[in-house]
Parts: sequence; structure tokens; C-alpha cells
Amino acid sequence: MKDKIRNILREHGKLAQDALSLLDEADLYQAGMTSHASVNVMLALESTFDIEFPDRMLKRNVFESIRAIEGAVTELVSGLSSKPAGAR
Amino acid sequence: MNTAVEKSRAIGREVAIVHADDVDQKSRFPAETIQAVRAAGLLGASVPQSLGGLGASATDLVTMCQNLAQGCSASGMVFAMHHIKVASLVRHMGQEPKLRAYAERVVKEQRLVASVTSEVGVGGDMRSSVCAVERSESGFSVVKDATTISYGAHADDLLLTSRRASDSPAGDQVLVLLEKGNYELEPTTTWDTLGMRGTCSPGFKVRGKGPLGYILPTPFSEIATMSMVPYSHLLWSGVWLGIASEAVNRARTFVRGEARKRPGFTPPAAIRLAEVTTQLQTMREHIHAASAEYDELAARPDGGRDALSSMGWALRINQLKIASSEAAAAITHLALGICGILGYKNGSPFSIGRLHRDALSAALMINNDRIHTTNASILLVHKDDT
Repeated sequence: MKDKIRNILREHGKLAQDALSLLDEADLYQAGMTSHASVNVMLALESTFDIEFPDRMLKRNVFESIRAIEGAVTELVSGLSSKPAGAR
Repeated sequence: MNTAVEKSRAIGREVAIVHADDVDQKSRFPAETIQAVRAAGLLGASVPQSLGGLGASATDLVTMCQNLAQGCSASGMVFAMHHIKVASLVRHMGQEPKLRAYAERVVKEQRLVASVTSEVGVGGDMRSSVCAVERSESGFSVVKDATTISYGAHADDLLLTSRRASDSPAGDQVLVLLEKGNYELEPTTTWDTLGMRGTCSPGFKVRGKGPLGYILPTPFSEIATMSMVPYSHLLWSGVWLGIASEAVNRARTFVRGEARKRPGFTPPAAIRLAEVTTQLQTMREHIHAASAEYDELAARPDGGRDALSSMGWALRINQLKIASSEAAAAITHLALGICGILGYKNGSPFSIGRLHRDALSAALMINNDRIHTTNASILLVHKDDT
């Protein structure tokens, strides 16, 4: 899953460095991802994993790192969508 | 807090309005009003009480902006921009002792803070910077070519956005404090505009420096999302509400005067007055609902971090800006139609010219098309499912 996420970030994240070499915890916004780019990342994730992010997940910290994205996607793919997402 | 709001009302009615036309005609800083604001201690309104300030809520600040702008739009806008910066500072300075000491001095010394977010070369995108902070052991320095700094030549201190370091991407920004004496301003353009002439907002080249403690610890992207954008849209809306309210007041007085001339006949403009007061109510209720929501979210244990960083909130606060900026210009335009030629003339008790010109700036302060573009992007993923 992380590889797919990295590929999506490489294609849509507009990051200053190659997403394939990013640490799982690296802050994607500090790495150059704009709000606009993050929307394209979300769209690509929804399409790739055949999921829909509910509004409660559409917040900054859910998409701030590869690890956070992986957590959100895992939750939706496994159908555990009643669990609160993005809590720090 | 009611006392502070009352003071702002008195300043709007007794000081701001007296000088408003002169400020507009000469495109000069509204020095008398800002002096009165200082004397009343209102520049510290958004600083928490624990640091000596008044701890004003966003709702209180919106009303203060409205009260001042009702007398003089430029005065209201200076007050708004100062508090947008100070509220952002105090909400994101953490435990940094130098910044906390500075916040106390904003209250004690009633220091006026200006904003340096615009820059040549970023195409109007506040969330990108060209300039970068240079750090050394003794502190930081920065040079920025700003396209506009409102009341830059009249402010004490500046809060400036910049890239975190010379190797940072354009969107990795920090907010830094430049204190008077630690920066130089070189004017690069002039400010001769249709309206909002008293904000005195030409371009400047800024060369500044400061201690490392004056670099805010929170990334600017987070400051913008959580505080600066919401405060901007709320307090600007307060200013525009003040302008619109004043235009409607003048229209109301005009229609009443017409009615008294011929008791028994409803003046033709009365129906337009009924129309414009409906629009004013919609505008007022929208702004108050948004400011109440912000205050409620910000009072949560996490400071609103979770809710304010959501796309749903971004959409709503952006839509507030668009709606209130459009309402302000529509309302002053209707008021002009009601007051007729006496509204078109300058120097009459029913003059609408200045108010209408000032209101036209609203859709351009962060162009509404830019905000619509952002919202259009959000709507590609937002489902309105909550």
C-alpha cells in the first residue's frame, strides 16, 4: 500500500523531493505539498483504492504524512469507518 | 468586554466619522482614530488576559471592526488587519518567551502591527514565498519585496512571511516578527486608489532582522489555516458590515425625510429601503453565525485544531468572505439608488460615494475568483455528509 501511496504522491503531490525516498513520517506540507495538490492526491487515492473519504477525514493531519495517509486508507478499505480518524 | 465594544462604538461615532472624508480625500492614514483606539487600549484587545490584554473573542472583534468602519472604513480596516496579525501571533507563539514578552508589550505600549504577506513574484498566492530567512548564531535576517503593506509606514512592527530557509520549497513558510528599529522600508510603488484610500498600502522593499526567538515556532501553513484566514475573513466582513450599515443608515434617513415632506404617501424609494435592509440582515446574520462558530471551535480543548483544519470549515469561511464582500458592494449600490442625486453628491448627509468606493475593494482583497477556484477544488472531494 505504501508503494501505491508513494507513487500517487510522486505524480500528484508536487513535492520538492522524490516521494519514493521520503520517510513515512515526513511532513508532506513542509515537503512542498500545497492545498491544491493535496486535493489531487485525495482524488487519486479515492480512485486507486476505490474508497471515498468522508468529510470528517478531509483535514490536514490525515494527509500530512505517508503514515497518516496509510492509516486513513486502511481504515476505509477495512470498513472500520466508524473509528474516529486523524486524532493525534 | 462590553466596555471595549462600547468604546469602539464611541470612537466610530465621535472620532472616525469626523475625519473620514478628509482621510479619503487626502489618501492619508487615519491618525486621529488610531490614536483614540490606542488611548482606549483597544490595540491589545485580541491579546489574552493572562498577558494583560482584553481576551476579546472573534465575535467581539468583528463588532469593534464594524463600529469603527461605520465611521471610517480605512480606520476599521487598519484595526482589523492589526488584530488579524496579533490574534495569529498569540494563538501560535507557544511558550516562546521572547514572543510572549512581545505580546505583553503590544498591550502596554499599544503597538500597531502590520502584515507583510504579499510579495513580488508569487502571483498573489499568500501561501508561497520567494524570500527566505537567513539564520546565524546571533539571529535571523530577511529581505522581501512586498507588493503592498497596509499602513506600512505608520506601523510599529511587522509580521512577515518567508520561506523557512534558502533551500525550502515556496510553500514551506514561517512567520517572523520584525520590531521597529530592526527593519527598513523602501517604498517601491504608490497608493492612489478608488477606495480604502486611508489604509495607505503601497509596495515596499523590506530589509529586516531579529532574534531567532522572533521566528514563530508554528509553520505558517498551520497559522494560516487555523487563525489568519478565518480571522481575515471574519474581521474584514465586520468592516464591510460597518460600511454597508452606514450606507443603509443614510438611505433610511433619506427615506424618512421624504416621508415627512408628504405624510400619507409612501416615498417610492421606501420599497428599495425594504429590499436593502433584507440584504443587510442576511449579511449580518451570516457573519455573526460564522464568528460564533469560530469562537466555539477555538474554545475546544484542542484549540479547534481538528475542526478548523477541515476542508468543510475552509469552504464555509471562504464562502463567508465571498458572500459578505459581494453583499457590501450590492448594499452600497442599492443605497446609492435610494438616496439618488444627493447620494451621488459628495458632502451631503446622504453621500454614498465614499462608502461605495470603499466597498468595491472587498471582492479584490484576495480576489473572489481566487477563492472560488480554491472552493471549486475542495468541492471535488468534499461530500457535505456531516
